[in-house]
Amino acid sequence: MSTIQDYPSRLSDPASRKMETFSYLPEMTKDQIRKQVEWIVTNGWNPAIEHTEPTNASGYYWYMWKLPMFGETDVDAILAELDECHAANPKHHVRLLGYDNFTQSQGANMVVYRGEMI
Amino acid sequence: MNMHAPAKKYDAGVKDYRSTYWDPAYSPKDTDVLAVFKVIPQDGVPREEAAAAVAAESSTGTWTTVWTDLLTDLDHYKGRAYRIEDVPGQDEAFYAFIAYPADLFEEGSVVNVFTSIVGNVFGFKAVRSLRLEDVRFPIWFVKTCFGPPHGIQVERDKMDKYGRPLLGCTIKPKLGLSAKNYGRAVYEVLRGGLDFSKDDENVNSQPFMRWRDRFLFCQEAIDKAQAETGERKGHYMNVTAPTVEEMFKRAEFAKEIGTPIIMSDYLTIGWAAHNSLSKWCRDNGMLLHVHRAMHAVMDRNPNHGINFRVLTKLLRLLGGDHLHSGTVVGKLEGDRNATLGWINLMRDKFVKEDREMGVFFDQDWGSMPGVFPVASGGIHVWHMPALVSIFGNDSVLQFGGGTLGHPWGNAAGAAANRVALEACVQARNEGRELEKDGKDILMAAAKHSPELKSAMETWKEIKFEFDTVDKLDVQHR
Repeated sequence: MSTIQDYPSRLSDPASRKMETFSYLPEMTKDQIRKQVEWIVTNGWNPAIEHTEPTNASGYYWYMWKLPMFGETDVDAILAELDECHAANPKHHVRLLGYDNFTQSQGANMVVYRGEMI
Repeated sequence: MNMHAPAKKYDAGVKDYRSTYWDPAYSPKDTDVLAVFKVIPQDGVPREEAAAAVAAESSTGTWTTVWTDLLTDLDHYKGRAYRIEDVPGQDEAFYAFIAYPADLFEEGSVVNVFTSIVGNVFGFKAVRSLRLEDVRFPIWFVKTCFGPPHGIQVERDKMDKYGRPLLGCTIKPKLGLSAKNYGRAVYEVLRGGLDFSKDDENVNSQPFMRWRDRFLFCQEAIDKAQAETGERKGHYMNVTAPTVEEMFKRAEFAKEIGTPIIMSDYLTIGWAAHNSLSKWCRDNGMLLHVHRAMHAVMDRNPNHGINFRVLTKLLRLLGGDHLHSGTVVGKLEGDRNATLGWINLMRDKFVKEDREMGVFFDQDWGSMPGVFPVASGGIHVWHMPALVSIFGNDSVLQFGGGTLGHPWGNAAGAAANRVALEACVQARNEGRELEKDGKDILMAAAKHSPELKSAMETWKEIKFEFDTVDKLDVQHR
């Protein structure tokens, strides 16, 4: 039986804040991000990018990066937009969405760049 | 157009049911309610007679002719047995298909439909046993029913959770904790990464924990876990109560303290009460989790009762945002295909007839929102790959003992499940086959999660082969 470990989450520690899907996993590598972009494209969803200051991450609405990329299926073009958004907002969380217009929902929504938690 | 058949003469006495209610030439109308029963007749009763008897007794008929029959147009109102089929692998049983005309039913009343079609007929002498296997609700009926208060898409928006199944946990021990200790257990699982925790079905308002105290302590747990994690959380506050007035009192209080979701047990509180609660939930922006205590009384016997797929359809019509579906894996392992069949009936807009899934009719749900199926009971992290594969994103996976039984406590147990879930979703999106690669996926995820590693050591590894879950069953049971 292993020694009992404490669960380190704290109200006082901003690093304890999560940001939904995949935020309990390590930050994705470039290759992993590419595969998630491919998943969105394969499903026929419309990719979109949003970003926010980490302190405002818990609200429904983040800043939209330009407009959703309707009909975009070029994985490299989507990855380039993600990089561009990240470069323009280096301290922000940047998330990738896949809008599913048939269910009127989001088939995917994940943070791909994590801002510094202050 | 207005020509009628010549008026009939009154002829008192008992007639064969089949002379009136067996009509193999009938072609069902789009507006008919269709039902299929599995029938085992009494010895010596021909199939057509038994099927006709079921049609008669579940619609206009009674055991003898009465003169008042002639004051109406029975051909317009009567149910008709229109088809008989063998039940694969069961010689004595057969399927009887019955069509009921639209005018037999009150609009929007699930209560009325079932009082009619399963009302008296189940105790009827001509049949040894009877099981309602499926019901096709015509679109006019679907559109006059209320449906889920919010549905899958709106719940995702309200809870701000996308691209993965939701995670829950039933608080245990189900009975005997004080409200404050109970709230502690809720706080721990929510801060560890679950989306929801749940009152057990029989947690109502017992002397050891009155409902109001429980609601308040649980709400503080939710609020603090939300502030700590930055994610939206809920606890299914069970408002099941001895009277409808008391149920609404508890629901109103839950709303007053700002909780996002409540729960009820639709079979034990009664369908009319449940329908009222569901309407209240939409009016008050409250999500509704629905438990199914008592279902096995009706759906477990393969020859008598009501198949759960019918109880599933009925709940979608009455309204609920979550409904327990069975797990397929784990201690409550059920028939995989039948379970998938009613999961589709909870979620999809249109479900096609598919006998291998136990679905006997096309079912058009119109614009009625879908219900989240809830897999709960006897499952732990090792089941995660199979669960994600079987249930897909639009589901709630609930680990009770599989969260609370973690050697380091609830928060660690919750984190272990959340990491396992996300690792499986990520791997699935990458194109990996979860039911084959499950072990590798979990082992890799455990490298950066001591909580998951410990959970995997605590619970027994299950085999990752397609054959571990129930085989697709061609023979309908």
